[in-house]
Amino acid sequence: MRVETGGNRLNRDRAVRFTLNGVSRAGLAGDTLSAALLADGQVLQGRSFKYHRPRGPVTAGSEEPNALFTLGQGGAQMPNMRGTTQEIFDGLQAATQNHVGSLRHDAMAVNDLFSRFLSAGFYYKTFMWPRAFWERVYEPIIRAAAGLGALSGEDSVERYDRAWAHCDLLIIGSGPAGLMAALTAGRRGERVLLVEEDMRLGGRLDAESFAIGDDTGAVWAAGIAAELASLPNVRVMTRTTVTGAYDGGTYGAYERVGEHLGTIPDGAPRGCFWRIVAGRAILAGGAHERMIGFPNNDRPGIMQASAVRAYLHRYGVAPARRIAVFGNNDNAWRTVTDLQAAGVEVTALIDTRDGVTPTVDCPVYTGAQVVETRGRLGLRNLDVRDANGVHRVEAECLAVSGGWNPSVHLTCHMNGRPIWRDDIAAFVSVAGSVPNLQAIGAANGDFSTAAALRAGVEAGGGGEVPKAEDGPVNITPFWHVTGVKGRQWLDFQNDVTVKDVTLAHRENFRSVEHMKRYTTLGMATDQGKLSNVGGLAVLAELAGREIPDVGTTTFRPPYTPVPVAALAGRTARGQFQPHRLTPSDGLSRERNASFVEAGQWHRAAWFPEGEETTWKQSADREVGWVRNAVGVCDVTTLGKIDVQGPDAVRLLDLIYAGKMSTLKPGKVRYGLMLREDGLVMDDGTCARLGDDRYVITTTTAAAGEVMAHVEFCTQALHPEWQVSAVSVTDQWAQFAVAGPQSSALLQGLLGHELTDAEWPFMGCGPVQIGGVAGRLFRISFSGEMAYEIAVPARYGDALARELTARAQALGGGLYGMEALNILRVEKGFITHAEIDGRISADDLGMGRMVSPSKDCIGKVMSQRDGLHGPQRKQLVGLRAVGEGRLLSGAHLFDVGVEPAPDADWGHVSSACVSPSLGAIALGFVVNGRARHGEQIRALDLLRGNDVICEICDPVFMDPEGGRMRG
Amino acid sequence: MRINCPLCGARDLREFSYLGDARLADRPAADASAQDWQDYVYLRDNPAGPHAELWQHAQGCRAWLRVRRNTVTHEILSVERTR
Amino acid sequence: MGYSGFKVFLEGLRGNTGWKPVWRDPAPKAHYDVIIIGGGGHGLTTAYYLAKNHGITNVAVLERGYLGGGNVGRNTTIVRANYLLPGNSEFYSHSLKLWEGMEQELNYNTMMSQRGILNLAHSDGQMDAFARRGNQMRLQGDDAVLLDAQGVRDHASFLNFDSQRFPIRGGLLHGRGGTARHDAVAWGYARGADQFGVDLIQNCEVTGFKIEAGVVKGVETTRGSISAGKVGMAVAGRTSQVAAMAGLRLPVESHALQAFVSEGLKPVVPGVVTFGMGHFYVSQSDKGGLVFGGDLDFYNSYAARGNMPAMEHVMEAGMAMMPMLGNAKLLRGWGGIMDMSMDGSPIIDRTPVQNLYLNGGWCYGGFKATPASGWCYAHLLATDQPHPVASRFTLNRFETGQLLDEEGTGPRPNRH
Repeated sequence: MRVETGGNRLNRDRAVRFTLNGVSRAGLAGDTLSAALLADGQVLQGRSFKYHRPRGPVTAGSEEPNALFTLGQGGAQMPNMRGTTQEIFDGLQAATQNHVGSLRHDAMAVNDLFSRFLSAGFYYKTFMWPRAFWERVYEPIIRAAAGLGALSGEDSVERYDRAWAHCDLLIIGSGPAGLMAALTAGRRGERVLLVEEDMRLGGRLDAESFAIGDDTGAVWAAGIAAELASLPNVRVMTRTTVTGAYDGGTYGAYERVGEHLGTIPDGAPRGCFWRIVAGRAILAGGAHERMIGFPNNDRPGIMQASAVRAYLHRYGVAPARRIAVFGNNDNAWRTVTDLQAAGVEVTALIDTRDGVTPTVDCPVYTGAQVVETRGRLGLRNLDVRDANGVHRVEAECLAVSGGWNPSVHLTCHMNGRPIWRDDIAAFVSVAGSVPNLQAIGAANGDFSTAAALRAGVEAGGGGEVPKAEDGPVNITPFWHVTGVKGRQWLDFQNDVTVKDVTLAHRENFRSVEHMKRYTTLGMATDQGKLSNVGGLAVLAELAGREIPDVGTTTFRPPYTPVPVAALAGRTARGQFQPHRLTPSDGLSRERNASFVEAGQWHRAAWFPEGEETTWKQSADREVGWVRNAVGVCDVTTLGKIDVQGPDAVRLLDLIYAGKMSTLKPGKVRYGLMLREDGLVMDDGTCARLGDDRYVITTTTAAAGEVMAHVEFCTQALHPEWQVSAVSVTDQWAQFAVAGPQSSALLQGLLGHELTDAEWPFMGCGPVQIGGVAGRLFRISFSGEMAYEIAVPARYGDALARELTARAQALGGGLYGMEALNILRVEKGFITHAEIDGRISADDLGMGRMVSPSKDCIGKVMSQRDGLHGPQRKQLVGLRAVGEGRLLSGAHLFDVGVEPAPDADWGHVSSACVSPSLGAIALGFVVNGRARHGEQIRALDLLRGNDVICEICDPVFMDPEGGRMRG
Repeated sequence: MRINCPLCGARDLREFSYLGDARLADRPAADASAQDWQDYVYLRDNPAGPHAELWQHAQGCRAWLRVRRNTVTHEILSVERTR
Repeated sequence: MGYSGFKVFLEGLRGNTGWKPVWRDPAPKAHYDVIIIGGGGHGLTTAYYLAKNHGITNVAVLERGYLGGGNVGRNTTIVRANYLLPGNSEFYSHSLKLWEGMEQELNYNTMMSQRGILNLAHSDGQMDAFARRGNQMRLQGDDAVLLDAQGVRDHASFLNFDSQRFPIRGGLLHGRGGTARHDAVAWGYARGADQFGVDLIQNCEVTGFKIEAGVVKGVETTRGSISAGKVGMAVAGRTSQVAAMAGLRLPVESHALQAFVSEGLKPVVPGVVTFGMGHFYVSQSDKGGLVFGGDLDFYNSYAARGNMPAMEHVMEAGMAMMPMLGNAKLLRGWGGIMDMSMDGSPIIDRTPVQNLYLNGGWCYGGFKATPASGWCYAHLLATDQPHPVASRFTLNRFETGQLLDEEGTGPRPNRH
């Protein structure tokens, strides 16, 4: 219900309309969803995970385990949003979660009746028979019952960003400690970034009734916020949660840019994930209040005392008309006075401690405990036990204070463990757990406002400290009631009770990690913020040990859950990885090319013409052009590395298996590169352009790896060499011009003759193409008379068009990857389908290419016994006998032998149906070079293909090479 | 993690690529023993603690770097170019 | 104490007060026939099968922390037998069969759920590679189906089929693959080993070996000196550290691998889906969390936590493949330390120190290997001979060149 006083976040003049489960509801501007519902008298806001118990909000913050909602619809539907932090706005659509039927009448609540059979880990002991029933019966039931909210199944549509921020000092949290640290450091000129999870600065200052100096906490905080806003060196981010501490002073943070808005402004994202780089950081994130275990302590209306005060002061909301307070420390008492000041009836203060005299004006029970509660969908009353017996207390809300847990999470993200402090009965961080991160204020166990202010001033560099309350907490630890029946909840969302922890202990799951994993305590969406310490205390009690001896589980990022879309940012959609376009991309599109991914490149696969309906028709025609006239193909994607310097030749001798030092200027040589383990890394060409200048090519796929490898050789292995290597893949557009008419085409283009004497096979040199300096290489990947011609990339499109027009005039045209693949298989040229990282030079029949007269990368290791010889699979050609086609991926068996792993001789690596040669393939067969002429069976069990083929030399077309030599 | 590139200054981890143990820069001679080659190519100390290793500022200046880094804390102890 | 639905019912009626400890907490004895170092998945299964298959029960498992606290307790729970290379293929095939009988064998529900594993392909080349692998699986007697794009759509319609960069052309479906409850696997085998009389000793860190004339005689621990006939290491990410105490230098690097879980959600993902080109895979736990992961953090690490760039990359890849994932919220990320071997395949072998044995180099494939690893390691420890399905996991294959490199990336542990 709404009260007259308080509500410092509200604009009481502005009503906000939203819907819950499709029903129109109202709140006030400034409300959170949970606050608006509480104001409306609705405490029941969710259902628990396992037993589907009715649940209301326990907190007023991000640690909330119960009040979870699904917001929005379709591609904007966000499950598991915390009602306790979600600000309402006009048009907000919210739905409650995890119930079958209505929230009030959840059919799944039947689970609760069987809870005695559903104790911790019960599922490990049953559902084993019959075996097939797990997937078919048991698991589907369990899965349907589990989970909380649901994804809509539609693609996520809202926009998120990622960004970087840099600062000298990152301050996490803006309560009294964080504000004073920011102000002090800001005034000293440090570049400060102050990050606050809540919608405004101040932390709990607007949730309490304390004064700072002469102002209320909220007014004082607003004053500091104003001064911070005036300092140009201070940046303030609200609605931003620091989610993780990472190496090197790097932090992750999620900013809820538009989550509180009905309409997100143009250009703004819904949320932004920040990577913050900080010289140093201060954690002033406050503390979380603990609950206490007592029977049926999970009923809606039972919540943190601090949450009750937050609802009262921030939102002018009392969760009920009659409220009782239950605590183990002085801190709880002010809940009574704050509520009474707002005209709310406080029916009891129950303090677990004996001999204390609370300064409050309401019925007081000391040395007392709550031993039972009642109320089906919300608390109605409770029983209090003290030395005089058991007393009934009427209350629809119970404010509980079990002490405070400093929020040490971030300090433990680098494997640090917190230490226990007896005086405050809580864990605090160890200084230095995260380098250059210091916890202060309540996050460091200094719970009074004055202590927090002092710590902030000190951490910010020193100065005057404002006056404020400095009350001690005076806590006597009290974790749960003993000697009573009934379940006492520790983890509200996952339904883990004291009995579950007891059972885990009984079964010897006594390590804290075992207990967590067996009971699921602390594994809910709040990651144990509300439950972990209570669970540890129970375990310690059972084991007869101290809490610090039991230890803690590991804190992991993120501190609060973050939408995956925010962590992915804009790169997720369509831009997940770079998409590189070739110089002929525009031309290819105009020619209706189909495209194929080749590494990062988008390459034309075939160019349909006329009546062609299948890729094969187009590819066969393109092959025919190359074999009979001339074809043009964009080969820009091959890696190109420009190597220069007096020691260039030494580098090339090192990286290539073959000897490059004998290569003459104006000549090109095929080269095989090995890895240092002796297996083939890549292949390509090496062209000597001048005395100390070479350009080498790599395959498309290996361009990046080879470049890094070359740089490793020049910088790390031989820094003394005078050589420089630069990638020029993007600088040069390059086209293959292949076929019997290729010379004619180029002669027309260049305006001069290309004689065999001047441009022999494997020759190269500079050319002028209409005034543009280019390069010509007489090399062939098709087995035909062919060239590759290169121009600076900006002329690539023009050259592609020119070459294509000239090819058409000669009865040819563009060809794509499919034709290229057929051409190279016909010729027995290998690609990464063959050199798959497990292949040696000897396997390829290139063992002799490893020069005996010099060292090279991989030479020594290539001589190991396991890397050559007849026991290995060797490259062969395969030619189908009779009908049928070969499929890459098929395995090879002797004809007439039952296929089995130990009868498996090899596999097909690249297959095609050649327009002139029929079904052929490259493949690998054990001792294959000695088996030419034998028949073997290519069997593809997956695609049902079974073909007899003949093993042959891998070069099907023109083995003497007469065609390409011209 | 941030690595202080001698050429570019402190940059985020994502600009760098990793090779491994810095001994990979000490390639044995072609006539070294089989054991030396085995050690070089396959065997690693793999220490838990300070580790000399090779990185490349691949998304930056392309410099290869010799970095000493603690493999337990990820603290960067020193950075220098290999050349 | 036997487990059954009836027993759960009975105990429920009496307040669950009759359940007994699932394992004892014995003090270490002075001598064991076999000591296993490491109480993770592989160590526990080794002890179990030493007792069950070979009748060797005077065995201790020494665990530095808590049982099942290694990578068996921090993985993404995927079980599969979809390997390409002979040597791996038969081993994982054997392992999958053990998974399929595990619950009945252990009388413990490890929630082995064979809802299938789908690998996505985006190009003809990848389809061919999947065909080659799928054929190997079928030859091995395991299941594999090559799906076209429509087949993938029928299986998981929520995927992004029309991505410009990675359009889905098909996939390889391994129906018997799936997931299991990882902790339960450790606990089930621990319980089984304990019932055979194996001593499971927690909080007992090995600090050194007793080696005399090249023969191991026992170990020094934080709980005293213990002698043993044979000692087997099964310490995953710590393999190099423990082996170094015996003077061994291994073809292993330790790397951190992250995994992630979302908040609980109603069922949305069937089985496991992998997006190899993006180094991404996802499944959904029975609790409802989407469990997903990606590639290594790339540099040597003993810090069991992940870095931010790798985390972001996983999220990018996840959304690229499964755009609805964006609206799920990341609940928790964690990191484990992987013993990455130089060819990406494991080692189960003798060492140059007599009676000292090595089980390591599991990279990030250790979980699915858990039962077979123990089965084969126990065989080696008991008989001094490699088990036939693990005969290629030798330590000297790097010297001979008989490598088992599934990825074909060579001696770059962070690329396997």
